[in-house]
Amino acid sequence: MTAQQDHRRRLLMDRSVPGRVGAILPSLDVPAQELPDGQLLRSDLDLPEVTEPEVVRYFTNLSQLNFSIDTHFYPLGSCTMKYNPKINDEVASLPGFAGIHPLQPDYQVQGALEIMHHVQDYLVEITGMAASSLAPLAGAQGELCGILMIQKYHQERGDSHRLKMLIPDSAHGTNPASAAMAGYHVVSIPTDSEGNCDLKALKKEATSDLAGMMITLPSTLGLFDQHIVEVCRLIHEAGGLAYADGANMNALLGQVKMGHLGFDVMHLNLHKTFSTPHGGGGPGAGPVCVQPSLQPYLPAPVVERRSYNGKESYTLVTPEKTIGKVSASHGNFGVLVRAYTYIRTLGNVGLRQVSENAVLNANYLLTHLKDRYHLPFDRPCMHEVVLSADWQKGKGVNGLETAKRLLDYGFHAPTMYFPLTVDEALLIEPTETESKETLDLFIEAMKAIDQEATETPDLVKGAPHTTPVRRLDEARAARQPDLRWQRKAEEDANS
Amino acid sequence: MQTTSDNAFQSHYMPNTPQERAEMLRVLGLDSVEDLFADIPQEYRNPALSIPPPMSELELKAELEALAKTNHDTKSYASFLGAGVYNHFIPSLVSPLINRGEFLTSYTPYQAEASQGTLQVAYEFQTMVCNLMGMEVANDGMYEGASSLAEAALMACRITGRGDICVLDTVSPTYRQVVETYARPQGLQVHVLEARNPHLPEGAACLLAQYPNYFGYLEDLASHKVATHERDALLVVSTDPIATGMFRPPGDYGADIVTGEGQGMGVPMSFGGPYVGLFATRSEYIRQMPGRIVGKTVDTDGKTGYVLTLQTREQHIRRERATSNICTSQALLALAATITLATLGKRGLRQVAELCYHKAHYAASLISRVTGYSLPLKGTFFKEMVVKCPTSPTVINERLLESSIIGGLDISHIMPDCMLLCVTEMNTRQEIEALVGALSEFSR
Amino acid sequence: MNPSDRKYSKEHEWAKVEDDGRIVVGITHFAQDQLGDIVFLDLPAPGTRVEQHKKLGEVESVKAVSDLFSPVGGEVVEVNQSAVDNPELVNNDPFEAGWLVKMSSSNSDKEMGNLLTSEEYEAFLESEAH
Repeated sequence: MTAQQDHRRRLLMDRSVPGRVGAILPSLDVPAQELPDGQLLRSDLDLPEVTEPEVVRYFTNLSQLNFSIDTHFYPLGSCTMKYNPKINDEVASLPGFAGIHPLQPDYQVQGALEIMHHVQDYLVEITGMAASSLAPLAGAQGELCGILMIQKYHQERGDSHRLKMLIPDSAHGTNPASAAMAGYHVVSIPTDSEGNCDLKALKKEATSDLAGMMITLPSTLGLFDQHIVEVCRLIHEAGGLAYADGANMNALLGQVKMGHLGFDVMHLNLHKTFSTPHGGGGPGAGPVCVQPSLQPYLPAPVVERRSYNGKESYTLVTPEKTIGKVSASHGNFGVLVRAYTYIRTLGNVGLRQVSENAVLNANYLLTHLKDRYHLPFDRPCMHEVVLSADWQKGKGVNGLETAKRLLDYGFHAPTMYFPLTVDEALLIEPTETESKETLDLFIEAMKAIDQEATETPDLVKGAPHTTPVRRLDEARAARQPDLRWQRKAEEDANS
Repeated sequence: MQTTSDNAFQSHYMPNTPQERAEMLRVLGLDSVEDLFADIPQEYRNPALSIPPPMSELELKAELEALAKTNHDTKSYASFLGAGVYNHFIPSLVSPLINRGEFLTSYTPYQAEASQGTLQVAYEFQTMVCNLMGMEVANDGMYEGASSLAEAALMACRITGRGDICVLDTVSPTYRQVVETYARPQGLQVHVLEARNPHLPEGAACLLAQYPNYFGYLEDLASHKVATHERDALLVVSTDPIATGMFRPPGDYGADIVTGEGQGMGVPMSFGGPYVGLFATRSEYIRQMPGRIVGKTVDTDGKTGYVLTLQTREQHIRRERATSNICTSQALLALAATITLATLGKRGLRQVAELCYHKAHYAASLISRVTGYSLPLKGTFFKEMVVKCPTSPTVINERLLESSIIGGLDISHIMPDCMLLCVTEMNTRQEIEALVGALSEFSR
Repeated sequence: MNPSDRKYSKEHEWAKVEDDGRIVVGITHFAQDQLGDIVFLDLPAPGTRVEQHKKLGEVESVKAVSDLFSPVGGEVVEVNQSAVDNPELVNNDPFEAGWLVKMSSSNSDKEMGNLLTSEEYEAFLESEAH
């Protein structure tokens, strides 16, 4: 029996009808020019021929197959899926921001540069660092920039033999990948029984070849490392630099400044903490903030404010010993405008309330769920809580199935199997923009699933049941990759 | 002005009221929110935060609108600035569709069952990128054009096991800088070769070319392919997707990896970002490709669906041995590009490309007739050209601005008194003629 | 469950001497079960020399990558192309049709000698489980 296929999901090329038009373009208003040699021109191009209403309906229907923050509670741990204010998008699309070219001379884009300068200042203030660059286009690129600054710092001091980068075992995969892109040898540092960095292991690895250590604070376990000041001190004592991955800054806004704790460099994920929409996986922005020692190495460009004849102006400059450029332009400006709008809307008072409510909400979940789900580190969490489904696994239902079952209850699943150090991990981040009623409903659903795991485990194992598709065959996708529409394959299938 | 006290401030983004907070704290057995942060050493707690107080939407919007107006934008000015970022037509349906909350506020489709919209769009995008480039496989998007090219260079080094990256001197200088930033820390060497006659050193991993090149002209990819083939090196081409609407794609010339800046397809210029990088290659190299890839499969009922696939290449699984640290696919911009290409379609993209071509060549023919101006480069150009001016292009541009024209890019540091001028379908005949009129004032 | 006609490594590979003296290498049932659906094999080209217990290649499942370590040293003389083309063979029949490579070894007696017997391997699995 062949399954019923959803006609709303037919691909564009299968909808294409020769002769249909989706857009009318202006007619040529200049004399036609001689075309080049036909050898240089392409003869055909496979793009769909569909009308505007067909395009609108197709993409609208596709959108409705997604879970999103606007439609669902989305407690995806380590991703900070908070409400994305609509004013941010509106402002970013003003013609004066969306319609300017990155290569226009500074004097034509003073308003844009002023915003960038304010964002630089705000991030410096929030992190307790000395300077920042908005150039990195994403968290991972911010990491790479931070690591390259550490590398250049050591090289300039003749310390080129420092080739080792320490990374906790609970870290996000981008940390080791970024360190490796800079040519570093990555050494993993275990987590102790309290969920902190294992100081004994750190002392052993803090040797004369140490370049630095990348630390996510609070960690991906949702915990604030109780020895963080000591950790930074040990790194410095060995001649290394301390890198803070700011992915989890939502827990700390206004509560503590990374620069005060001993970190030398950090990146921020503007799309997380400062609430720019995640767009189905990008765009983001990953500005870096540094102590004075690393300021000369910042990625280019940075915005400087200058005073001339009593008049202030802003200009793009290249830091003296920059690690270089990481994109063709100045950073993801549209994301920066959104972050600026967000910071101004909430202000000093509101930013502090963000972290307070985010941490309160996470602990509220922790308290209500720890009797039914194993809590690997039994202490208050920060903005997210890691639970384990290993009790459920004992009943024959694993973490993945538990998470998928949540989709049937109308909640996006938490992050699964991460951090890698916790078996059957479920990483849950509620964020500050969720109400107590939503949290209560989620708690009820989690408890109901635990009960199902006991009483009707097959119901959980087969989840999800109510989504547009059921569990997908990922092995088949990887064994026989089908990565684009192809005419021939379609014809074969029809014959 | 903010008159409320700290505790009284109730944000419109956060539901918890003081009463609810107190109630929740009681559940936790805590007295105050302070207790939640007990792990932070006391001496570092509650630092001063010098950020302005909260602001209402009404006031903030007015302030930002005023600030935006101080910029010289394409709504009020005719622009002839390009050099990698272009003012192209964005169909009206793009904005409402990409701003649908279901697309806008979702994330990376790790839960495939709850993300079929995002995943199917990715499959459409990969199809379109392959077709534009003439390549077999494409990923779901990179940050932007320059870093895509840099990642392609790293990939070529992985495939060949070699460490020498060759790049033509006709590739954008900023793109070359980004390649340097990515290559240097890994101990890879970057060699700049003359495009007129590139001699690849023995053991070269790849040759990086731009098509059309930085100066707007078509690069001789056929002969570059021969040159790379002789050294068993890979040909990597960075391209403008709009140009592929009329010109033969890099894949036709045997390119091994093709990258590009997707901004021109439905993404506003936004002062440099966010954009979407394009990345395509041959099937045989797919396991060395960076970035996210979406594949078609079936669910337990046999129904078609889409999933992230070949994920073992990526950082969340392979960590320090991943093909890249990249963790985004610029999905929202890839969506804008997909919608734009669907709307323009087969004929529309060709029309856009040809409008650019005819208008740019018309502008060139007028400008070259003005005394003191000339086109120093020979060959076929698409929508950009180098114009030699009678005086400093920066001086000329200041004058053009008075006529509500944003002029081309001053590239005097590369070619004395030269301007890189761009004409797209957005420029009317009137604008082109106004430009030429203003340029004539400097005629000598 | 683990055939007694071959030897085992603690990295869950097996090695079996064939009549012609060549050594067939594969992964155990336990290993394939741990990996889940195997989707890709990265195996060395014939002619590659590998030392005992050094990296031989990689096995990928949907969401994991595992290094393969060679249970014996020597030269790779043959690769199981049908397993490369259909990696599910390794899941379905790890000890027979799902073998990975054949090797020629000059020191096979000694190296085979320091691997585990099937009983020892099962005892090892038992101890690992606790």
